[in-house]
Amino acid sequence: MQTGAPTLDQNAREDYLPGAGDFFALLKPRVMSLVIFTAVIGMVMAPGDIHPVIAFTAILCIAVGAGAAGCLNMWYEADLDALMKRTADRPIPSGRMDRQTALHFGVALSTASVLMMGLSVNYVAGALLLMTILFYVVVYTVWLKRRTPMNIVIGGAAGAFPPMIAWAAVTGDVNIEAIVLFGLIFMWTPPHFWALALFSCKDYKAAGIPMLPVVAGEAETRKQILIYTLLMVPVSVLPWVMGFAGPVYGITAIGLGAIFIYLSLSLTLKKDVKTAKKTFFYSIFYLFSLFAVMGGEVLIGRMT
Amino acid sequence: MPLHEEHKKRAGRNYALGGILLAMVALFFFVTLAKMNVI
Repeated sequence: MQTGAPTLDQNAREDYLPGAGDFFALLKPRVMSLVIFTAVIGMVMAPGDIHPVIAFTAILCIAVGAGAAGCLNMWYEADLDALMKRTADRPIPSGRMDRQTALHFGVALSTASVLMMGLSVNYVAGALLLMTILFYVVVYTVWLKRRTPMNIVIGGAAGAFPPMIAWAAVTGDVNIEAIVLFGLIFMWTPPHFWALALFSCKDYKAAGIPMLPVVAGEAETRKQILIYTLLMVPVSVLPWVMGFAGPVYGITAIGLGAIFIYLSLSLTLKKDVKTAKKTFFYSIFYLFSLFAVMGGEVLIGRMT
Repeated sequence: MPLHEEHKKRAGRNYALGGILLAMVALFFFVTLAKMNVI
């Protein structure tokens, strides 16, 4: 006979059955939308033809794989999520779902997306997708995030893989152009997340996550944002310089890059939350715009 | 949680799972056709 009050886990299983929306929330749909977008552009940029059904399957696998990685991240970080205002309402910390269910869901989706990619698209794309999921879950979530303020610099690589996977889905190969697309998102990630960390600093501090503003202070973070932005802008121009993106893209990259540098510079001078928020939201607009113009110009060029 | 609410959640999950399974069947079908160069 059972005695005593039910545990939190029992409560979760008996009283708070997760709905379909909770499973969807585990996939981090907002992150997924950026992943899908950059992957589609990576596919557009890649030379060669791909059957539309196979292209759709590849993008679906990338989306599901990214969602699965997000789900496993939420499974592992449920204790931290519960401590942060921004993440406390996620399915596990809010008690709507138990951790085991999220783990099973994440593993099932990871396995299915990698197998589907490998068998129906090609093995290179499948292997890259597997590497991306493992990188995000093992290297970033488990290893780096709780240990070093450089967590997102290295961990950011996971978010930079999607256009490369999409490129490999078309060509069956990884070449220098795909690596440049990877490099652009890789260099964009630190200023983007550090701008977010500047105004979510209290949350990260409460959860004990060693984000740069928590460990090194806000002044150092602002300096690092400027340094990484200055390094990112030349990388953003490379697709035009190397000839696989058009002049409209080149001009856009220079123009939007200059605005990004200006914002990073004013962030080091003004030191307020408003400018940090402005930089964060601009960074999202920046990446969306660059990829949209890059892909749009190539598509228009092919049609004319 | 009231029973009808629980049933509603279960039904929602089952419909979602059913839809996903049907979509998977259609996807496998079309991938096979594409691989065989039928479409």
